Amino acid sequence: MKKVIGLAVVLLCLGLLATSALAQQPPQPPEGFVPAASVQGQEKLPAAPLVITAYSVVWLLVFGYLWSIWRRIAHAERDLSEVSRRLAGAQRR
Amino acid sequence: MKKLFTPLLILTAAMFAYAPVAIQNAPYESTMGLVQKIFYFHVPSWFVMFSAAGVCGIGGAVFLFTGRKDADRFALAAAELAVVFGLMGLLTGPLWGRKAWGVWWQWDARLTSALVMWLVFVAYLLLRKYGGAGSEKLSAVLALFGMANVPFVYLSVNLWRTVHPKTSVVMSLEPEMGRPFLLCSLAFMALFVLVLAARVRLENMRAALDELYLSLED
Repeated sequence: MKKVIGLAVVLLCLGLLATSALAQQPPQPPEGFVPAASVQGQEKLPAAPLVITAYSVVWLLVFGYLWSIWRRIAHAERDLSEVSRRLAGAQRR
Repeated sequence: MKKLFTPLLILTAAMFAYAPVAIQNAPYESTMGLVQKIFYFHVPSWFVMFSAAGVCGIGGAVFLFTGRKDADRFALAAAELAVVFGLMGLLTGPLWGRKAWGVWWQWDARLTSALVMWLVFVAYLLLRKYGGAGSEKLSAVLALFGMANVPFVYLSVNLWRTVHPKTSVVMSLEPEMGRPFLLCSLAFMALFVLVLAARVRLENMRAALDELYLSLED
């Protein structure tokens, strides 16, 4: 019985070794070159959308930030005139 | 600055209006092709980020050592610009990298150190917003750390092995590429001066408003 178990362990180890050896084999070399025209569309990476996105991001951030500053300045101006008016009223009393 | 604001605004608008023409006329780079044109806005956005980090750090140092409130207002305004223009650089870079390197992001020295520097200024703004009383001094120290990062980020491509192009790229540009790059850099720096002036004005107005509220309570 012990011999059978020993043989099974040896066979298992050999099997594992064979599997890892097969896994480490380099991939099969191509048997012929494939022209670029037949490659599927989604595998190409055109640069134009990336460039357009990059410039759009820049302009969105610039205009978004300028708008945010303009809005905050308008808000502060409104508050300043309101508080100045209240202060002038309080001083008159 | 008030007298210079309008002429500088007109000049900046003219430079940004002509920039797309100049970039379009610039030749394609031999290995990267069209995607390299992101460089004309990507690098100037980092120039602005570095300048903003410098202004923020110096403003923070002046505030720490002299207690001048106007220096603190400059630092706060510059920190916001550092975050906005840093975000610009962090978003445009991966769009370039996806085509040039095949990946959106690489945890190499330049990209990681730039991200860390940007996060320092995000932390600065969060500290100012939620830190409560006394956060001005803490954030001024943080601004100094942020500014100290600038040389490391800039020189990281020369000091460590990285996939990012080296600093020598800018100085070795052919004139056909160098001229549009110079135009974009000047346009971005002029925009930085204008936006910083507007942002400092906002902080001055807020400070005036706080004083008025105190007078009203008295």
